[in-house]
Amino acid sequence: MQNRANNFIPMAQVALNDADLQTAVSFGTQAGFNKRQAAMFADGEAHGQAMRQQAAAIRRRALNNLPELLEQAEANMQANGIQVLWAVDGEEANRHALEIARRHAAQSVVKSKSMVTEETGLNHALEAAGLDVLETDLGEYIVQLGEETPSHIVVPILHKTKESIRDLLIEKAHMPPTDDPETMARFARETLRPRFLAADMGISGGNFIIAETGSLALVSNEGNARLVTSLPRVHVAFVGIEKVVATVEDYATLTQVLPRSATGQALTVYTHLVNGPRQPGEADGPEHVYVILLDNGRSAIYNSDYCEALACIRCGACLNGCPVYQATGGHAYGWVYPGPIGAVVTPLLTGLENATPLPYASTLCGMCKEVCPVDIDIPRMLLDLRRDLVAQGHGGAVWGVGMKAWAWGAKSPTRFGLGGRVAASGRRFMPQRLPGPLNGWTDYRRTPQFAAKSFRQLWQERKGADDEQP
Amino acid sequence: MVERPSPRGKRVSLFVTCMVDMLYPDTGLSVVDVLTHLGVEVDFPLGQTCCGQPAFNAGYWPEARQVAIQFLKAFKEAEVIVAPSGSCAAMVRHEFPRLFADDPAWRGEAERVAAITWEFSEFIVEGLGVTDLHGRLPTPHTFAFHDSCHGLRLLGLKEAGRILVGNLQNATLVDWADSENCCGFGGLFSVKMADVSGAMLGKKLDRIAQSEVDAILTGDVSCLTHMNGGLEKQGQAARVRHIADVLAEGVRHAEPGQ
Repeated sequence: MQNRANNFIPMAQVALNDADLQTAVSFGTQAGFNKRQAAMFADGEAHGQAMRQQAAAIRRRALNNLPELLEQAEANMQANGIQVLWAVDGEEANRHALEIARRHAAQSVVKSKSMVTEETGLNHALEAAGLDVLETDLGEYIVQLGEETPSHIVVPILHKTKESIRDLLIEKAHMPPTDDPETMARFARETLRPRFLAADMGISGGNFIIAETGSLALVSNEGNARLVTSLPRVHVAFVGIEKVVATVEDYATLTQVLPRSATGQALTVYTHLVNGPRQPGEADGPEHVYVILLDNGRSAIYNSDYCEALACIRCGACLNGCPVYQATGGHAYGWVYPGPIGAVVTPLLTGLENATPLPYASTLCGMCKEVCPVDIDIPRMLLDLRRDLVAQGHGGAVWGVGMKAWAWGAKSPTRFGLGGRVAASGRRFMPQRLPGPLNGWTDYRRTPQFAAKSFRQLWQERKGADDEQP
Repeated sequence: MVERPSPRGKRVSLFVTCMVDMLYPDTGLSVVDVLTHLGVEVDFPLGQTCCGQPAFNAGYWPEARQVAIQFLKAFKEAEVIVAPSGSCAAMVRHEFPRLFADDPAWRGEAERVAAITWEFSEFIVEGLGVTDLHGRLPTPHTFAFHDSCHGLRLLGLKEAGRILVGNLQNATLVDWADSENCCGFGGLFSVKMADVSGAMLGKKLDRIAQSEVDAILTGDVSCLTHMNGGLEKQGQAARVRHIADVLAEGVRHAEPGQ
């Protein structure tokens, strides 16, 4: 997917002025946030926090042993009859998928939701090779109809109102006019069903890979993932290499916190394990199952101080909780992963210079860490990314000069006190609109007023008066 | 979590913070008056300037270090440091050890001040164990709290300010659904991403407008400057106040002998 993250500020501006988007994002994030709170703490605060701690420890343990777990997962998947392919980058992963399609003479492809395939631009690659690709997750189906990209990692169409979805279905899919969401969903289901039956190849993502059993774990609510992975002759799963966990028990814990954090459910409607292709005597299932393990920059993160970012289980809770995401929606972030976790992984996966505004797209309020089911310290990483951006010369010339001048003044109490006095004496002349890059402040707030006398002056006057008393 | 040494019976070195020093000196005096009322000896090291957070949060660590070193020098003799800001206290407690992690000359001192620094309301309630200042406001007031993000999520500050204000005579606390929502300040963010910050501020101001309280209380003058600046820009009364100013008002009007 093309990376437009460097345009965050103008794209955020567009989003702020889009009334429909504001309505949809405001409603969607608030609903997601509230449902998450209710589900996570249904059995009390202590229980919810204990689940978070367990999940955090499981993910960190898995990352500590990642190379070994990946080898174990590969061996056990192969023993289950799953063919495992490795991909250094998105291009190689897409090439694997195309080769598989050719090998099995597949023409028609159905997909269930996968953010990793957004990373690799898979749909485009398959369509360029002449294959028919259909997204079957309802949200992704609407994204595909509208020729958009997902704006949220769990709810791809969080930015759309019911009315705009209705209009799109009428225009692009020839839905008979209706305002009823259930009727719309039924229409989509009836449109998709024959395509499942006719498809040669199903492509899914993967929420987890369980190393000890060689299983691919999927969660979904619509049942489409189950159809994608069982009806077509061939099933291909795209999975990031960080998604491996050690044991079924670890998976059992994670599969409790993931839906609670993502959609406010104790469990998703379908909780689904793929353990290989159809066995002799089985009634259904694909003849061939492939898992493509994608690196695409993850190894570099693994070997850096940002390894913690790989603990993410893609629940979207940090998006819903983030006041910046709540204001802008996801498209402003410019790449696959929006919100706080996107502000961390986009620069790490695509290059700091290609996402310079994102680490700054945060007030560091800490809500992302508070709601994260695996307790990723996103604010810490945003601060460190800012440090790295400045060190690499991406801090912005004006700010660099300003910070140096400020530090020169503030490292000396004499200059600092003097600066305060100068500011105080000029306070009557403070303009209504501040100059240069500071005018962003006065667009929304009054210019702060310096006091006639600073605290240090008042303190010294008080002390002087005290000392004069007998 | 490292066990923090008890601050009881020790002299307090006030870290007034750069914003209070230059913009809100009366709030600094409020802090001094409340602490003095409690019998605490207060000292103001004149070498202090700023904790360095503006540069640190912007990614300018070498510049932040220069300013933070001045902090370490100024508070060299301090036994207990109290700041009327959750954000600046969090900078010293959480980030100083990180900022000087690779600097053997200053690392020890950075860790020392991190362990003895307190936010103002936290110091009184958790440090001194005082929950009632026996203060009285001259007229009845209703208050809601804005929990400043850094205090709330980095220091776990929530109850201390409410307990102290709630125990003032004539003060009524109102639960406010918007207490924990960020006001959109974020330091450099408010200028660098002014429109997003402005949109966040707009939501906050809408909720302030809907709240039927006399004042919104906060422990950080940065959030206060942001919210009051927004209210004044809209032509509304600046009704966000620092906790210390309300507590000092209560203490100054306390019945003699209490």
